Amino acid sequence: MRKVYHKITQISGSVITVEAEDIPYGTLAEVTSGEEQDTSLGQVIRLNGKEVSIQVFAGSRGVATNSKVRFLGRPMEVSTSENLMGRIFTGSGYPRDDGPAVQDDMVGIAGPSVNPSRRIIPNKMIRTGIPMIDVFNSLVESQKLPIFSVPGEPYNQVLARIAMQAEVDTILIGGIGLKYDDYLFFRNTLEQHGALSKAIMFVHTAADPTVEGLSVPDLALAVAESYAVNGKRVLVLLTDMTNYCDALKEVAITMEQIPSNRGYPGDLYTQLAQRYEKAVDFEGSGSITTLAVTTMPGDDVTHPVPDNTGYITEGQFYLRNGRIEPFGSLSRLKQQVNADTREDHRAIMDTMIRLYASCRESEEKQAMGFRMSPWDEKVLKYGKLFEQRMMDLRVNIPLEEALDLGWKTLAECFEKHETGIKTDLLNKFWPDNT
Amino acid sequence: MAEQTKVGKVIGLNGNMVTASFETSVMQNEVAYICVDGTRLKSEVIRVRGDEADIQVYEMTGGIRVGDKVEFSGEQLSVSLGPGLLTQVYNGLQNPLPQVAEEAGFFLQRGLYMEPLDREAEWDFTPWVEVDDEVQAGDAIGYVPEGIFKHKIMVPFDWRGRWRVTSIAEAGKYCIDNTMAKVSNGREEREVTMVQDWPIRKPISAYKRKHLPHDPLVTQQRIIDTFFPVAKGGTFCTPGPFGAGKTVMQHALSQHSEVDVVLVAACGERAGEVVEIIREFPELNDPRTGQSLMDRTIIICNTSSMPVAAREASVYTSVTISEYFRQMGLNVLMLADSTSRWAQALREVSGRLEEIPGEEAFPAYLESLIAAFYERAGLVELKSGEMGSVTIGGAVSPAGGNFEEPVTQATLKVVGAFLGLSRERANARRYPAIDPLGSWSKYTPLVEAEQVEKARDVLQRGNDIGQMMTVVGEEGTTIGDYVVYLKGEFLDSVYLQQNTFDEVDCATSQERQQYCFNKIVDVLDADLEFSDKEEARNYFGELRQKFVDWNYAAWDSEEFKKTEQEIDEVLQRKKSA
Repeated sequence: MRKVYHKITQISGSVITVEAEDIPYGTLAEVTSGEEQDTSLGQVIRLNGKEVSIQVFAGSRGVATNSKVRFLGRPMEVSTSENLMGRIFTGSGYPRDDGPAVQDDMVGIAGPSVNPSRRIIPNKMIRTGIPMIDVFNSLVESQKLPIFSVPGEPYNQVLARIAMQAEVDTILIGGIGLKYDDYLFFRNTLEQHGALSKAIMFVHTAADPTVEGLSVPDLALAVAESYAVNGKRVLVLLTDMTNYCDALKEVAITMEQIPSNRGYPGDLYTQLAQRYEKAVDFEGSGSITTLAVTTMPGDDVTHPVPDNTGYITEGQFYLRNGRIEPFGSLSRLKQQVNADTREDHRAIMDTMIRLYASCRESEEKQAMGFRMSPWDEKVLKYGKLFEQRMMDLRVNIPLEEALDLGWKTLAECFEKHETGIKTDLLNKFWPDNT
Repeated sequence: MAEQTKVGKVIGLNGNMVTASFETSVMQNEVAYICVDGTRLKSEVIRVRGDEADIQVYEMTGGIRVGDKVEFSGEQLSVSLGPGLLTQVYNGLQNPLPQVAEEAGFFLQRGLYMEPLDREAEWDFTPWVEVDDEVQAGDAIGYVPEGIFKHKIMVPFDWRGRWRVTSIAEAGKYCIDNTMAKVSNGREEREVTMVQDWPIRKPISAYKRKHLPHDPLVTQQRIIDTFFPVAKGGTFCTPGPFGAGKTVMQHALSQHSEVDVVLVAACGERAGEVVEIIREFPELNDPRTGQSLMDRTIIICNTSSMPVAAREASVYTSVTISEYFRQMGLNVLMLADSTSRWAQALREVSGRLEEIPGEEAFPAYLESLIAAFYERAGLVELKSGEMGSVTIGGAVSPAGGNFEEPVTQATLKVVGAFLGLSRERANARRYPAIDPLGSWSKYTPLVEAEQVEKARDVLQRGNDIGQMMTVVGEEGTTIGDYVVYLKGEFLDSVYLQQNTFDEVDCATSQERQQYCFNKIVDVLDADLEFSDKEEARNYFGELRQKFVDWNYAAWDSEEFKKTEQEIDEVLQRKKSA
């Protein structure tokens, strides 16, 4: 029987302070308030003599000065059992579906960092069937990439599509501040496409207490890490990390920390990095790849959240007007894999983007009322086809097919020499019949 | 002196900051160990108030309880200096990561501290002094060969006064802890081994005097060496937004710079970037020595997910090791990527200490710390008369890419060269994305300064005209102006831009830079007349293509000469016309 403490000396925001002794830092606590036995989990976040400060996941509403606090003597843990597959949990790790609680193979969350000297240079591509990713900014195993997006863009649809199509063993979906509708959308979409059985979801909805969202990335990543060490290729999808950062901000302010930039705490970078850096390729075993939605308030990439994220991640996808923007989007690791796919991959990638840039220029000229030269007409035609065949997110074709389609598109719009592609590649791949 | 360990007790804990009570005495920056469940966690005293000490813990703090024992070591945070440092990969506290991995596997393990230097390896010692010789701090008593040079065994840097050698080891194989010499100052006799400890926050000052940096440090990057040079013993910073190519540039510098030792301090950045160095450098050859690049490299790696307090220490660990090699009369380049993460670590610590914050919550002493850090660079004349240098290059990652922020501004005040990376240039794929108009350097370039001025003038005017053209269009620009614009673009694309992924173009030697830059200046100087813009554009297009080919041709090769001839023909054609 664990000792029950009930001398609560301070209640402020989501943090309560209780008098207790011999409490290990970081341990979990159960806070029971009111007569209806309303119990919430909390975590010890500060020790000062006898004063123990606890962050209550469900918030401090209804906590009384004589509420009961029991310390569990262990930090937050999550099960890493095989039985998690296909299941959905809350931000506290409780089942959100109707299934039973899973409690075998528990491990602590937010574990230590991978030793950099044991990391390897990433070299395996993850195919997604989306040309804007596969052809132009290949996703690489162990990569961490954010999807920068303005609120209102179909970022969850993109994530769901990647979840269904990506060639990986396990998918972990972490929802932070997810709208309930979006949660249902994810669940239904995965179910319809039979992908739910290889997915595990930790979902914190917008209606849940803010603090609970803070453990979602750690829960998802702890499970991912355990699976990856055991040889699984895991894809972690997080949405939306801006909500996560806002929760951090909220807690930091209640803890009276001095804010650094627009109210965000000074350790925002470190907090994000500790989570993104969990992406790794274990030599001789599995891997973790992370894709995370980061909504940009006001489409401002210099906002602290996208800014700090960009410094941590290995590139970024910009989602604009329902499409993955070819300019600005970048996969820093694509060079590691796109040399070995097909010999024309890099040439197609560079050429098509360059010509699409010319198209944008011509569009500008057109908008300003300048006369269109024959070249302008060509690139304008090309731009339309490019948008239809490559950029449209509904397109779902394997890389090789996408490359062939690229050649076809070029041949429909240009003469060979206008593409600036090396002659030997032209001779080999240029379609004959056009 | 009381030899038993001083102890204290944990009385509070917030994040990675422990407050402890102590019984006898503590020292600022003293190393302490928090004893939790049988593990000792390394930490450092950073503030003392009354009988309470605030201690920052270099590890994750979960599980610590009020009442846990704290052991004070009586020593400041130090690094071990001696043979075996080169090629190593350390964390910010000089914990060797490959050895940690052997012990603990994929993950770092809290409280696992391995010997930074191999205590059992044997080194081939050759004495340089004899009994009765007089030595002082920093003097070499002998050497052991390590990699490409002689690793000097030196009298510890903090021994004051003059010492007489009373015994010296004979030539032969020894471990680093063996006594290599005994020295006496008349009052006491001390033993000199191959290894000495030095507190990382204190500069090594066992030299005669500091000199003004004068010799250029050849980085083989054209835009740096020719336009914004760095001197041996100087300092420079490379601020830039994410995606501007800071890290690629730092890699190029660590790979191609003409120095003896390179320290790469990966401070709070992505682990993946260090991995490229760890895995690729052993495979690459240093053309100057024919040895593997790793042989001259030390990596201090405290990436973003590793404990933040150790990140703060890592830049000092790096610069202390740099100074150690400088004491051997070597030229050392230390690259810190990124100093902003270090500053953020300071900010986190300051916040936990509840200090009154300065701008953007950075501590008020940020500027003086940055200044003191860069001051540890320098060209020094050693007591032996030899020269040694530490050059520091710090990457800065300003929030939002805006240089008007405290870390960039504090850094700009103290460095000798500013290589600002711009997002516009990076977006236009003009690499290295150093902004040729905004950057500056106080050091002397490889080529004639007058010509550089001229070239910069063309760039500036070309840029102005280019800006104007976006408003008035090509039609509204005179042909004269248009040619200046083309000259600026030409200089940019064939000289400032450099392909670090090309085998030849990635590094341009001093000789080649001087030679090629002259040719470029010829073009910039030439009084070229064209009948219309179309002709001018075609002419410069042709010229550019030839120069680009020239850049890709190996120095002094047949192809190089052939392309040069073609260039001359093109130039001659226009001049004679």
